[in-house]
Amino acid sequence: MNVFFYIAATVAIFSTVMAISGRNAIHALLYLILSLLAISVVFYLLDAPFIAALEVIIYAGAIMVLFIFVTMMLNIGLEEKIEKKWLNPQMWIIPSILAVILMLDLIFALKSIPAIPVEEKGIMPKQVGISLFSTYLPAVEIAGILLMAGVIGAYHLGSQKKKVTHRFLEKK
Amino acid sequence: MLSVPIETQIMFAGILFFLGLVGVLVRRNLVFMLMSIEVMFNSAGLVFIIAARHWNQPDGQVMFIFILAVTAVEVAIGLALILQIYHHYKTLDVDAINKLKDNK
Repeated sequence: MNVFFYIAATVAIFSTVMAISGRNAIHALLYLILSLLAISVVFYLLDAPFIAALEVIIYAGAIMVLFIFVTMMLNIGLEEKIEKKWLNPQMWIIPSILAVILMLDLIFALKSIPAIPVEEKGIMPKQVGISLFSTYLPAVEIAGILLMAGVIGAYHLGSQKKKVTHRFLEKK
Repeated sequence: MLSVPIETQIMFAGILFFLGLVGVLVRRNLVFMLMSIEVMFNSAGLVFIIAARHWNQPDGQVMFIFILAVTAVEVAIGLALILQIYHHYKTLDVDAINKLKDNK
């Protein structure tokens, strides 16, 4: 089982690196889908099969399809050459060093916590559902309000308004 | 049963988080920045799942479902904003969006 975890983790990290360093947006998105699928394998190994299914359906399915649609609408292929100019290799140095410092900080913090024994039982989706709709019921309602606000906001931002400027004012 | 130590699991989530952080800091294309934020959200959810398994409580998985809802809203609004920015500025460069700057 441990081998599967390490394989999935390696695939996830490699494809994430390819996704954030790629030039072509569609290729980067496809790498990101690969990364999400690898993470869903990790979820499955961590005794969360329901969450693994949600990861595939919502992240790799719905959200990534939204991304790909928008990327296709934006005609991003034309921008690749411009971004090559923006991204000179020097720009990677300082943010990467800062992130590595934070990562080392995390590693040292993890080394210093005492080991806690794991109980081997596993959590069933039924338990998750009972907890979600009893203890966390107010949070579910707030999430519903948030989704409603998201729908209205996306509709408002996505609608293209008609231009009302006078024809003499149009040229700058 | 999986017997990878929890430090290794959290380190995996941390590596993913910092990859996303580097992506947000370095990239200037708005779509790539949003993708990096996705990676960071996902690794935060991964930590919740690891903790849920470690303490054998369902609460972590419940929190992941909430993170999923927040991510969905964030992506929808973010992509709508990116479309509007592209419509106004004809570019996806974050440095081009400087209308709030004073000396223009």
